[in-house]
Amino acid sequence: MLTPEEIEEIEHEAALVPVRRAACIEALKIVQQRRGYISDESLRDIAEHMGMSVEDLDSVATFYNLVFRRPVGRNVILLCDSISCYVMGYEKIYEYIRERLQIGFGETTRDGRFTLLPNCCLGTCDHAPALMINNELYRDLTTERLNEILTEYK
Amino acid sequence: MEKPLTQHINSNRPPLNFNEYSGVGGYEAVRKAMAMAPAEITKTVQDSDLKGRGGAGFNTGMKWSFVPMNGRHESKYLVANADEMEPGTFKDRLLLEGNPHQLIEGMIISAYAIQANVSYIFLRWAYKKAARVIRQAIAEAYDAGYLGKNILGSGFSLEMHLHTGVGRYMCGEETALLNALEGKRATPRTKPPFPQVSGLFGKPTIVNNVETLCNIPHIINRGAEWFKDLSLGDDAGTKLYGISGRVNKPGIWELPMGTTMRELIEEHGGGMRKGYKFKGALPGGASTDFLVEEHMDVKMDFRSVAAAGSRLGTGTMVILDDQTCPVGFVHNLEHFFAQESCGWCTPCREGLPWTEKILKSLENGSGRQEDISLLEMHTQFLGPGNTFCALAPGAMEPLQSALKYFRDDFEKHIDEKRCPYK
Ligand SMILES: Cc1cc2nc3c(=O)[nH]c(=O)nc-3n(C[C@H](O)[C@H](O)[C@H](O)COP(=O)(O)O)c2cc1C
Ligand code: SF4
Repeated sequence: MLTPEEIEEIEHEAALVPVRRAACIEALKIVQQRRGYISDESLRDIAEHMGMSVEDLDSVATFYNLVFRRPVGRNVILLCDSISCYVMGYEKIYEYIRERLQIGFGETTRDGRFTLLPNCCLGTCDHAPALMINNELYRDLTTERLNEILTEYK
Repeated sequence: MEKPLTQHINSNRPPLNFNEYSGVGGYEAVRKAMAMAPAEITKTVQDSDLKGRGGAGFNTGMKWSFVPMNGRHESKYLVANADEMEPGTFKDRLLLEGNPHQLIEGMIISAYAIQANVSYIFLRWAYKKAARVIRQAIAEAYDAGYLGKNILGSGFSLEMHLHTGVGRYMCGEETALLNALEGKRATPRTKPPFPQVSGLFGKPTIVNNVETLCNIPHIINRGAEWFKDLSLGDDAGTKLYGISGRVNKPGIWELPMGTTMRELIEEHGGGMRKGYKFKGALPGGASTDFLVEEHMDVKMDFRSVAAAGSRLGTGTMVILDDQTCPVGFVHNLEHFFAQESCGWCTPCREGLPWTEKILKSLENGSGRQEDISLLEMHTQFLGPGNTFCALAPGAMEPLQSALKYFRDDFEKHIDEKRCPYK
């Protein structure tokens, strides 16, 4: 079931567009923002609310990299693996995370604290290597600095 | 040297708010434009020779001139393409975070020129700070009467919305972007009809890059001739140039269009880092052909870079140094393209993962003699004219030029059954 707050936010977005389904990506974002990811149940509820078939909405949800259809940890690390970060050594950062958190790309730590995902170019190539944790951008990374950063996320 | 786009950008402080921006001449161009006929604005922009900064370099005024102006269309749309996901590209971020009112001013004038009453900024998800400052600036512009109904009593009305994406390179392709705005998968549309005639929700639509739009207020204020005179090369205006990779001072600079690659790397980028030599560069993002040492004096404008066998693209350069494996470099690019392909066309959907696998096997030491001709075959099959959008041909540009300039590196991987750089 969608909560009244979720419905209100979705309706606010739907009122801004001439065709109702145009707000379906916003609806996915609104629900993911609150629940961390889009479960099958959430997907069904949103589809029904938007007047779309579940399959149609799922085809949209699975198209986009940042709609999560599986549970993620409390903090999501998005590590840039594109060209400038490749040249500047994102692989070292990856190895460090793997060793320290014992997770590879697409995995979540046992305690549910972190999920690690690869991400396309974050658009900060003059400060490579870079990553984002939740909504925060970190640049000019070194393993020492990352060590400090990770301790800030519980 | 004039730097119209970045003159009011200072990364150490918040962007100018509405009052500060107005105080330095901001929104004057809107007032000037509202006194002009829409066709006059389009003509000025066309005469200025402003070319699209999103990568393809099409004359902006010409693009606008295809929008029907017969008064029969109640709705038309203007969209700012702020998806910026081309690997190695970080120029629009500067304009979005640094001076959001400049973009909004450019959008108001552009919307007026095509008589669009609704506009969107399609912003990539990752640009959190940009989203914050744009929201604020849009609200200020509404409060000041530059957005909304009957702007400055001109009878012209414009709504503006910020839409943040959920991450997919294809959202930057202009017709795929329109599908994303309509709540669909971001696959491109067949053309014709072109979006100028049938775009968002089936209505006439213009999609322009952020940097393109930010140039508009200055062209209206100062005129087409002034804009042309800013350039040192064959194309008009200034350009945001960036460099990433192993130079001493990676960064981004507004410089006259037509600044040479040598000046960019040696002067602005501070030269190569100690112990590293220049081997090649992608001049404008992941989907452009390599330029090499012999091209150092090429002027970085659309025409000159094309004459050198590549494309200016986004104007943000990625440097390949002598200690980075060119095969590994291209493998990284093809991995990106294979992952981001929308899967609509067979050559792209099937060919990119195949290309990626071949490059990976070369890197792992299991390359075979015939792999080079297989890669060459792909550059043909995925080349221009075989797919619905430019992702696949773009993906082939760094590959085909790497095969041309760094062929001995590919051969060494096969002959020595290992990556010689590891
Ligand atoms: C796969 C792909 C991705 C693109 N991404 C962007 C982008 O992020 N930003 C952009 O302005 N143009 C991008 N483009 C180019 C747009 O399709 C379009 O040409 C451009 O937004 C037009 O604006 P302009 O005429 O002002 O350059 C992309 C094109 C392709 C094929
Ligand atoms: S070229 Fe690739 S990305 Fe473009 S439409 Fe075809 S399959 Fe999609």
